[in-house]
Amino acid sequence: MTMLNERQQLSYIAAQAADARLNVELETEGMTLNIGPQHPATHGTLRIIARLDGEQVVWAEPVAGYMHRGYEKLTEVRSFPQVTTLINRIDWLGSFANEVPFILAAEQLMEIEAPPRAQYIRTILFELSRIANVSLFLGDLGVQMGAITPVFMAFRDREYVLNLIEGATGGRFHPNFDRIGGLKDDLPKGWIAETKQVMKKLRQFCDEIEDLLFGNEIFQSRTRGVGIIPADVAKSYGLSGANLRASGVDWDLRRDQSLPMAWDQADFKVWTHPDGDSWARCWIRLQETREATKIVDQLIDNIPAGPVMAKVPRIIKVPEGEAWVSTENPLGEMGYYVVSKGDLGPFRVKIRSASFNNISITPWVLKGVYVPDIITILASLYFILGDIDR
Amino acid sequence: MIQLAVEIPYWGQSLLRVLGGLVAVLLPAGTIVYVFLFKMMSFMQSRLGPMEAGPYGSMQLLAEVSKWLQKEDIIPENADAKIFKIAPIIVLASTFLLVVVVPFGPDAWFTDFQAGVFYALAIGSVSVIGILIAGWSSANKYSYLGGLRAAGQLIAYELPMVLAVVGVVIQAGSMNLQQIVVAQNTQEIFGLDWIGLPFVLTQFVGFLIFMIAVQAELTQAPFDMPIAESELVSGYMTEYSGFRFLIFFIGEFATAGVFAFIASILFLGGWGVPFSWFGWESLDQVENWMNVVGPLIMLSKMMLLVGIIMWVRFSYPRFREDQLQRFAWKVLIPVSLANIAITAILKVAV
Repeated sequence: MTMLNERQQLSYIAAQAADARLNVELETEGMTLNIGPQHPATHGTLRIIARLDGEQVVWAEPVAGYMHRGYEKLTEVRSFPQVTTLINRIDWLGSFANEVPFILAAEQLMEIEAPPRAQYIRTILFELSRIANVSLFLGDLGVQMGAITPVFMAFRDREYVLNLIEGATGGRFHPNFDRIGGLKDDLPKGWIAETKQVMKKLRQFCDEIEDLLFGNEIFQSRTRGVGIIPADVAKSYGLSGANLRASGVDWDLRRDQSLPMAWDQADFKVWTHPDGDSWARCWIRLQETREATKIVDQLIDNIPAGPVMAKVPRIIKVPEGEAWVSTENPLGEMGYYVVSKGDLGPFRVKIRSASFNNISITPWVLKGVYVPDIITILASLYFILGDIDR
Repeated sequence: MIQLAVEIPYWGQSLLRVLGGLVAVLLPAGTIVYVFLFKMMSFMQSRLGPMEAGPYGSMQLLAEVSKWLQKEDIIPENADAKIFKIAPIIVLASTFLLVVVVPFGPDAWFTDFQAGVFYALAIGSVSVIGILIAGWSSANKYSYLGGLRAAGQLIAYELPMVLAVVGVVIQAGSMNLQQIVVAQNTQEIFGLDWIGLPFVLTQFVGFLIFMIAVQAELTQAPFDMPIAESELVSGYMTEYSGFRFLIFFIGEFATAGVFAFIASILFLGGWGVPFSWFGWESLDQVENWMNVVGPLIMLSKMMLLVGIIMWVRFSYPRFREDQLQRFAWKVLIPVSLANIAITAILKVAV
């Protein structure tokens, strides 16, 4: 562990002290607290077993799998176009973003590429689902710390984005809009002007949340210096997305890899934060929402003309081969390893979802924190249960 | 007592006092729940709140109460049933005991107690016992944590509250709440005889500390760590349902109302108007109609103070337990001690 700043050292010492407390001779009986599977702070059915000494956590472990739906196995009995319906439901707040890497992997195997117009619209919808996802995080953050008003603002303004997604795709949560070789439809009339309006509103929403929540002293004292994850620990646990960037690692798949998407056409900043604490993770997501609105604004003016669908055969058979495509989803890196044997459906699909890895750091980061901090740290790590359990 | 045309027998007087106490506790509680919890919170959160029960949802609380009363009275298997049942009643009883010393008018009081402030502050902490045994007897780890947190918090904030009141007592020269009201309405400040001397002007620091401590005593955000619905589910109330939860719920808002009554007496001049408006010199000369107007003045001041409490509650995130204790012991108590010292010096010097 190199390059630790003072806060990181303090949290490391606290973790060591918690370890030591387990081994003292005069052992007082601790309390084992089961947080979940039914608990308001676990956004579903994540269970965290925490062994407490007073209010301090000495040992914690997440137990996933209460909502496992077996999507990896189910894909094997679906044809390629049918798979999008399933994988929509992995990260249910940013559904469209789930479809994209799988479709890209299938396209890679078929050696086709979506026409430029479809690439642009895909990117725009991808960023819209990021905004819908992360804006809810920003509101939910308040609820986890007892501020009950921001979440309603988040629901109010997310509605505009959901309306946009519904306008373009017909589905608010599960668009199922991506097709191998392009998109189902073109954009409806008036959608572009509407989108620009909404992006303005969303930037306003970000300012509001920054004033109401991020500027609040209590919020800062609850998050700053809490749940610190140094960069090398973050990397070794396979964190991705905002959680990784909050630890100071400048890594964003939108910028760092070249996919047939339109991110390289937009000018956006990848924010990082040196602290690696809960505050940094929240702040990074706030900035990313702003950047996402800017990406949408830039791309929407330059959507090229042309078809939204490439020439694909009527019955899609993906040739034999293996492909791995991952994208920078709202929650972090999401990837699909698709193995095809030349049939109608995939032979095997391995889904790498961001939350599963993000949550795996909890035993490390929860050691030595107080019970209330469990909630803020979990909230700042930001997981969607469907994304953990698939 | 009020001079009436007919002589009321003792049992009649007692009945009147009991009914008056119920009105003084339950009416503010209902008003607070409707105006602030249902409506103000909804408007702050860009929604309408209840709209169906009665005009603009004004009967919503009655609907809720009848719903709670119909629910099954669930007592957990491992709970200590007797204590589990008593706990909410203790919490509500402390509210009723508090309102006993609150004067609502020159003669509209339940008991004119010489050490009224002392009694109010002492009895205000009875609810801690109720909360602690509720958390303990529920046989639930979350309740247990919540109960312990509540006990720690209420004891920590009892102290700054008492110390903040000492400044007022020094200035008024009495511990009788009625005398404190009179002192504020007969003195004057800056030679302005039309505002009296509400102690909020001279004891502003004390007022702030008192309101913060009240916020913590009521376990409202940002001091709602004992309830902390996102981590302790509902703290000491987790296992309660039906009418036992209802008693907790009423107790929470009724206590908010009663504490606001006490704050308005200590700092805002209570039921009175500056006596010089009507040429009164002392309490005896105050006319009888103040017994009707006084409670209304009290009610409006109470609504103002509870409005502030609720406003903070709906917009602030909560402190962590250790931060909350640190705030009480390292900030509020030293400041209130300094406030007492300065008040005492000025009292002697001026």
